[in-house]
Amino acid sequence: MEHYLNLPASSEQIKELKVGDILYISGKIFTARDEAHHMMLEKEKLPFDPSKMGLFHCGPLMKNAKDGWHVVSAGPTTSSRMEIFEDNFIKKYKINIIIGKGGMGKKTQKALQKYICIYTSYTGGAGALAADKVEKVEEVYWLDKLGMPEAVWILRVKDFGPLVVAMDSRGGNIYG
Amino acid sequence: MIDMKHQNIIDGIVELIRKAETELPKDVIKSLEKAYKIEEGVAKTQIAAILENIELAKKTKRPMCQDTGIQTFFVDIGVDFPNILDLKNIIINGVKKATKEIPIRPNTVDPFTGENHKDNTGDYIPYITWDFVKGNEVRITALPKGGGSENMSKLGMLKPGVGIEGVKDFVVEEMIKAAGNPCPPTIVGVGIGGGADLALKLGKRSLLRPVGIRNKNKNIASIEKELIERINASGIGPMGLGGKTTVLDVHIKKAHRHPASLPVGIAVQCWADRRAHLVIHSDSSWEVE
Repeated sequence: MEHYLNLPASSEQIKELKVGDILYISGKIFTARDEAHHMMLEKEKLPFDPSKMGLFHCGPLMKNAKDGWHVVSAGPTTSSRMEIFEDNFIKKYKINIIIGKGGMGKKTQKALQKYICIYTSYTGGAGALAADKVEKVEEVYWLDKLGMPEAVWILRVKDFGPLVVAMDSRGGNIYG
Repeated sequence: MIDMKHQNIIDGIVELIRKAETELPKDVIKSLEKAYKIEEGVAKTQIAAILENIELAKKTKRPMCQDTGIQTFFVDIGVDFPNILDLKNIIINGVKKATKEIPIRPNTVDPFTGENHKDNTGDYIPYITWDFVKGNEVRITALPKGGGSENMSKLGMLKPGVGIEGVKDFVVEEMIKAAGNPCPPTIVGVGIGGGADLALKLGKRSLLRPVGIRNKNKNIASIEKELIERINASGIGPMGLGGKTTVLDVHIKKAHRHPASLPVGIAVQCWADRRAHLVIHSDSSWEVE
């Protein structure tokens, strides 16, 4: 089934989604790779509220123009690298939608069920297409410390997809 | 000081990288279009997104993937080319310029400090392989290599007793283990023989061969076909979401081996099998193809 979802999504909406569904999301998402996960887990206070956004495993290619930052290319990065952080991350920041590629492990699968969250797959390498769905770069955090790919970028997206629900909140897993 | 002649070649390097990052070779597109025809359901949506992305990247002249890779070059130097000693510096400067101009993502990190060099250069990077050929022209092939697929590289130091059957099983098993991580459908380069480093090098080098072109050796060509069929029979499919197309191609290159060793080096390339060529003439004029 195809769904168009506005973020933030409610637990009820997330529960409805199951493996194989195609999703297009609108609203705010934030990028976080290994370094950002690690750093955010150690912090007590954040300058933004991740619970209202989608978590995007992505190290984007950005360009700084006169009118601010623009996304050049922004496909997903390999999600399995975040497996060591993700269950705690979901718990601490009340994440309910993850976008990545390649799938995640058992710890994350359990957390998806416990905290009502889904893992969705965006087509790896489709960075130009993803950039096309970004309406605005809202903010960037820790750019100097982490560098462009590892920094946390807050992006406002419109009909961002197709995302395939690959691991759902009921224990379903497309990767088998 | 970089003189005007060199500045012109540096611009050639920038255009070479731009071409590789924004336009896929026709052989890869053709093979993805074939995959689109045979796939269904979720797998079809993935190939559709890939094809749409390729078109958009070409049209807007932006890198098709945010991971613009480690800049990797294979250079054939005509021994009568006049600026041989300057070529390395020209390539390095071209990479720096391309990083800002195209732009491409700063992808070189110091393994000890974690510091990003910010211009896609650093110790041993860009990674350049040099060869000498007859003539007065230089031919450079760019093969920007993404991290996700590179992380699925494998080296097997097999026991010679397992034979070629053992080699085939090793490749199939490793590609099944890699699952959706290297952004399938992939192109798999397999180097067989040599020592450990040579096997991996040959694996990567075999990725330069266009998709759909078989090894000239008939026996090796049939092994390539068998591997394609066996890996695709796994059902891993595009992005590991299930489907018929896990690999677009398998390329094998061999070297003679030590009697006691059977090294197998696997180099994996994502569907974004980015390749482009630059020819530099002796008068410093150039063409990208």
